[in-house]
Amino acid sequence: MATSARPRVIMKAYPNWFYLPAAIVFGLFFLIPTVMAFYYSLTRWTLFDATFIGFQNYITFLNDPSLKSGLINTIIYAVMTSGLKVIISLPLAMLLTSNIRFKDFYRSITFFPVLVSTVAVGITFSMLMQPSTGLINNVLGAIGLPQPDWLGNPDLALYSVALVDVWKGLGIATVIFMAGILSIPQEYFEAARLEGGTWVKFRYIIIPLARNATFTVILLSFIGGLRTFDLIWTMTRGGPGFASDVLTSVIYKQYQAGFYGLSTAGNVVLFILVTIIVYPLMSYFNRKELEL
Amino acid sequence: MKKQTMLLVALLGLSLILAACAGQTAPADTSSDSGAVAAEDAPITLTYLVDDGETDQLLAHAFADGYMELHPNVTIEVENRPGGGDGDNVVKTRLATGDMTDVFFYNAGSLLQALQPANTLVDLTDEPYMDTVDDAFKQTVAQDGKIYGVPSQSAMGGGILYNKKIYADLGLSIPTTWEEFAANNEIIKEAGIAPVIASYGDTWTSQLFVLADYYNVQAADPNFAEEYTANQAKYATTPAALAGFAHIQEGYDKGWYQQDYATTTYEQGMGLLANGEGAHYPMLSFALPTIATNFPDKIDDIGFFAQPGASADENGATIWMLSANYIPLTTTGDKLAVAKDFLAYTVSSAAIELLNERVPPSGPYLIKGAELPADVLPAVQDIAAYIESGDSAPALEFLSPVKGPNLEHLCVAVGTGQMTAEEAAAAYDEDVKKQAQQLGLEGW
Repeated sequence: MATSARPRVIMKAYPNWFYLPAAIVFGLFFLIPTVMAFYYSLTRWTLFDATFIGFQNYITFLNDPSLKSGLINTIIYAVMTSGLKVIISLPLAMLLTSNIRFKDFYRSITFFPVLVSTVAVGITFSMLMQPSTGLINNVLGAIGLPQPDWLGNPDLALYSVALVDVWKGLGIATVIFMAGILSIPQEYFEAARLEGGTWVKFRYIIIPLARNATFTVILLSFIGGLRTFDLIWTMTRGGPGFASDVLTSVIYKQYQAGFYGLSTAGNVVLFILVTIIVYPLMSYFNRKELEL
Repeated sequence: MKKQTMLLVALLGLSLILAACAGQTAPADTSSDSGAVAAEDAPITLTYLVDDGETDQLLAHAFADGYMELHPNVTIEVENRPGGGDGDNVVKTRLATGDMTDVFFYNAGSLLQALQPANTLVDLTDEPYMDTVDDAFKQTVAQDGKIYGVPSQSAMGGGILYNKKIYADLGLSIPTTWEEFAANNEIIKEAGIAPVIASYGDTWTSQLFVLADYYNVQAADPNFAEEYTANQAKYATTPAALAGFAHIQEGYDKGWYQQDYATTTYEQGMGLLANGEGAHYPMLSFALPTIATNFPDKIDDIGFFAQPGASADENGATIWMLSANYIPLTTTGDKLAVAKDFLAYTVSSAAIELLNERVPPSGPYLIKGAELPADVLPAVQDIAAYIESGDSAPALEFLSPVKGPNLEHLCVAVGTGQMTAEEAAAAYDEDVKKQAQQLGLEGW
């Protein structure tokens, strides 16, 4: 590029100035606050003043008894939601890319929950999951099934929220899978039709050739699961007690209590944790993708 | 063309920087423009931040309407904020960024201390009406001898709201010891009524058995508040203090709570009590005006008794002090003068009369000369009787700045059988440590 004269002129015509708007926005709203967060996580911060206390916040945060259950809940939540999303949305995507009637209608229905705000979904489902007046238990009762207290039973609350998360996130996962399936050349499907039925198509064509889509879905929903907050907060506020507390709700409660330095330290820990878990996962998937 | 684009980009960047700067200087601007001298009755607008609780809203609008009627040039705009921890953050953030309304309503006691009143609020010690304010109340809005708050609301009793009809039907008498209370509960349970209403759908309501037990704690251990603040007394190792947690556990073990109590909300809890589906509701008396509004024909069935303790000889009610109105330091000039005048109005007899008319009081006003109306709610009469006979003590949060944020969640954990009373008390002792350190108290 540098050997020719004309491109050099063009390169000068688009100078580094073009980076400026993005750089200002990014610096002002992302870089500076991030650096400040690292500083404030080392202080006892009341919003009015900040006293430097070294790593005391990190020690307090890591010794918090609710942290351990929060951590375990976070992992359960992330694994469960990303796993279920893959298991449900892959067959669904297959169905929605096949030749069925009213295909567009079904596709829209699958995607609609994505468009609704998470808080609205949370409030709606808290009503639906009401143990004695909610629609879900009324239906279960009418057909003679047990009526669990979805959000009030400490053993169930986390899973109930995770199920709602799956319902809400299914649309995105399905769309990604559909894109993956549609990008597979038709010849493979024709060959599969000669070889055998749907199972062959699913097992030997779609699973291996839509692997990139699978990785994307797992990665996105796993990160989403680790960072989840809004749905849990609107549905259970981490309760009953601490039964559905995840990392983010533990941190939020500390922020709410006015422990600003402590909760900032918690966010730094969350940042490091997500990096530690997600980075190896991502590089593994990237390696696998190159093998394709 | 290219030059134009560059210019555009540069302009964009510049405007962004300017916008960022403007964000920082805006609060200073608003406070300085009121420095100009205005005529006595030039139109002026005061903003007033109040939480969105029903009673507090009624109260704020009553004050605002009353004052605006007397001063037609003044407009008072009531702004809403959420209650609970979210509301605390709104108040702290707005104070810290200089973006607070001209007047605001907030708790007294431990929550006020976290606002660092000496650095953020206008000193009201020398206001003429302070002589009429109850001395015990002044303690809860003071720091280093300076008074920052003007009482709003009426005092509240924390204890057991009960359905008198159920008591009459079953021939029960008001318990003065915990044993009698437990015995009553078994009779009520046999009658097919839930003995105790719990509403863990709104987690804050779970704390009452612990917090309203404070009269009994201080009866057994008069120095508890002092030692607790100094990191010497602990919930887990003080039997009288541990009793509150044990009461919650007893309710779970003996099945006192109604069906679905883990998701029942505060609103629903009041309905259960009023409709006689539950007999006792451990609650603050500020629920009474709401019950009166929602169930006007049932409110006379609701009574109040103090949370029973170990001994009948020492039976008394735990009292919550009123919340107060404050003026932030960012209110200056004419607005400050009007704001001070507005607060003077809120404790005048005209304002109290208006309140009695519009907001049924949940307890005494703690202002000299402010009488409760003759038709005050029956449960409020019960509370007033405890106060008049001297059988009352302020709740711990008005005696000590140390209150842990996780108490409500720990109480829910005990009430749903996930933790024992001992575990929760020990966890709470750890929890308050963070608060004490955040406040920079000595000995932590």
